[in-house]
Amino acid sequence: MKKQIMAITALAAVSFFAHTAAQAAETIQIVGSSTVYPFSSYTAQALGETTKFKTPVVESTGSGGGMKLFCAGAGLDTPDFTNASRRMKVSEFEKCQANGVKDITEMVVGYDGIAIAQSKETASINLSRKDLMLAVAAEVPSKDGTHLVANPYHYWNEINASLPHREIRVYGPPTSSGTRDAFEDMILKHLTKKMDVYTKLYKADEKKNKAYKKYHKIRQDGVFVPSGENDNLIVQKLARDTAALGIFGYSYLEENSDSIAPANIDGVIPTPATIANHSYPLSRSLYFYIKKSHIGKVPGMMEYANLFMSEKMVGDGGECTDIGLIALPKAEREHYRAALKNLTNMTADDFKAKH
Amino acid sequence: MNSITTQQKRLRSRHRSDRRFKYYGMIAIAFALAFLTFFFVDIISKALPAFQQAYVQVSVNYSPSIVKNYNTAIDKNDRKLVSKTFLRTLPRKLKAHPELLNTTQIEWALANHRVDQYLKGHDGHGLKRKDQKYVDELFKEKKIELNFNKGFFTNGDSKLAESAGILAAAIGSIFLLLITMAVAVPIGVMTAIYLEEFAPDNRFTQAIEVNINNLAAIPSILYGLLGLAIFINVMGVPRSSALAGGLTLSLMTLPIIIIATRAALRSIPDNIRDAAYALGASNLQTVWHHVLPLAFPGILTGSIIGLAQAMGETAPLLIVGMMAYIPEAPTGILDATTVLPAQIYTWSSESMRAFEERTAAGIVVLLTVLLLLNAFAVWLRNRSQKTW
Repeated sequence: MKKQIMAITALAAVSFFAHTAAQAAETIQIVGSSTVYPFSSYTAQALGETTKFKTPVVESTGSGGGMKLFCAGAGLDTPDFTNASRRMKVSEFEKCQANGVKDITEMVVGYDGIAIAQSKETASINLSRKDLMLAVAAEVPSKDGTHLVANPYHYWNEINASLPHREIRVYGPPTSSGTRDAFEDMILKHLTKKMDVYTKLYKADEKKNKAYKKYHKIRQDGVFVPSGENDNLIVQKLARDTAALGIFGYSYLEENSDSIAPANIDGVIPTPATIANHSYPLSRSLYFYIKKSHIGKVPGMMEYANLFMSEKMVGDGGECTDIGLIALPKAEREHYRAALKNLTNMTADDFKAKH
Repeated sequence: MNSITTQQKRLRSRHRSDRRFKYYGMIAIAFALAFLTFFFVDIISKALPAFQQAYVQVSVNYSPSIVKNYNTAIDKNDRKLVSKTFLRTLPRKLKAHPELLNTTQIEWALANHRVDQYLKGHDGHGLKRKDQKYVDELFKEKKIELNFNKGFFTNGDSKLAESAGILAAAIGSIFLLLITMAVAVPIGVMTAIYLEEFAPDNRFTQAIEVNINNLAAIPSILYGLLGLAIFINVMGVPRSSALAGGLTLSLMTLPIIIIATRAALRSIPDNIRDAAYALGASNLQTVWHHVLPLAFPGILTGSIIGLAQAMGETAPLLIVGMMAYIPEAPTGILDATTVLPAQIYTWSSESMRAFEERTAAGIVVLLTVLLLLNAFAVWLRNRSQKTW
């Protein structure tokens, strides 16, 4: 009995390893932002189903994690594409260059909106970006505006008398999330970098008070509840906790419009139109980057990139817009398609131009 | 007289506390059972709809133009009901069956997730009013049907809920399990045999023993980091591959197997070894012919439980890149692959509502496999148990 089982196991193991010894078929490898992941993997599936190429492997590592893997080297075991919900940073570009990833082409596939939403049963709410900042920052200006105090606000009408007497409770993404980065950028940093009460602390002691240059610390006294990378969880919490607000990607708002509704931010609610023309303040561009040295070595790379940038996927009414992507304006799409055709290299100068 | 009543009182009070103690135990069991029932009822009731899937009868027009634009194959009204997966595969089908060219076929096509969710009466199906009516009509004419969801067991992952299946992840899990078994079981059993039967009892072996016991209690995510550092960064095993995942899991399973094997070996009475030695058997013969066969059921049970634990593990696999969109089943150990628990996690974070029931169905499949593995372990133990 023992011998039989051992023999069978050994045989299985040997045949298994022998079978696969020389088999490492090149599959496209994509890493990066969890926000771009749904669109990227959707395109990957379409490529796999309509062409002879193997379906690319798409891993959601977060924008920063993706850059780290992408820039690790030029070898074929490194990713061929990386997705990002923010632009590549100068430091990341330099790291790429240093590690031999010289030629990179940058693409923008569309926009994403960050929705601030609540239960559909709750009366709609109008918030300015400043209201939101004051509700979630760890330290806020005192009443007379001369110094910073630990956030004292627990009801919205304490921040702004025109808001309802409703408890402040915000479910949002954790620090590892790109959505959190974007929220901190567009709500907190955007305002605090121009507010003297924060920046004067930085100017007083640039080393010690570095955090106050662009203050983006979120309060940790239970009012802001980090709720994990899974946006569905936040949606479910909102349905039960009708006083609360939730922060997540626009596609989740669209898919759950039967139970949750968006809040007005600066008088605008998120719709595909307001996100695309940037009148909704919480919108951002979604990027992907191509490792040019792999083209021709990994089959299907150009086909994937072309498909992802095609009208059928990311044009007005394209398949990716059905699952929550906001299309770029037509001229922009043409611009990036031309760049894809020429495989325009990213240069250090690109970072000087305002994007 | 007096002393007797005190004694009786004391006896009664002791009996009472006896009974109380028993009730505490029963309450604890009732709690555990209630949680278990709640969990099973919740998961299974959520999962059941996933085993059915809507199909719609459409006429497919195999004109030459569908190679360029597959959308033209089906009438505009029906196109809104049919899954994109069905449409996308039409050009290939035409290529494989050229005789279909310029014909019109009546076919049962996979319906999309909105139709499917609408028919199952779930909220948030997102089907437009106009289309709802159309679906109702077709349903009455029996041109839309809910049938057994075969695709769930024959497809890999998909971004479209209606065609998402568990097969690729299941095969991935089997690959990982085989690799883990091939690596962890021989090394673990040999380590245990050496420590138990041959090693002298000194400081060094005691230190090893303490370390092994500690390793079994380490959070599994640390094994993921170890796997990333050793197998992927140093040894150059491809990221997300079955080999990387399997080796990482075998690191995690090793201490469990070693501990279980040592316990099994220790439970063999010494007089069996003494008897072998008395007949002039060498160390190898004693272990190989007498101790191991008797300890075998214990070793096997320990290994199976270790492997079952490895099968349900996700944290270390996240680090080596297996939590990804990988719809195709692996054909070799260097291919990228995903596993059952990772697949469940990926589905749970999808925004499409139809994935909710598939997540639950995935959990049911995983639980079934684990129960089978554990039942197999119990059966093996009972079958070959010996008493001395």
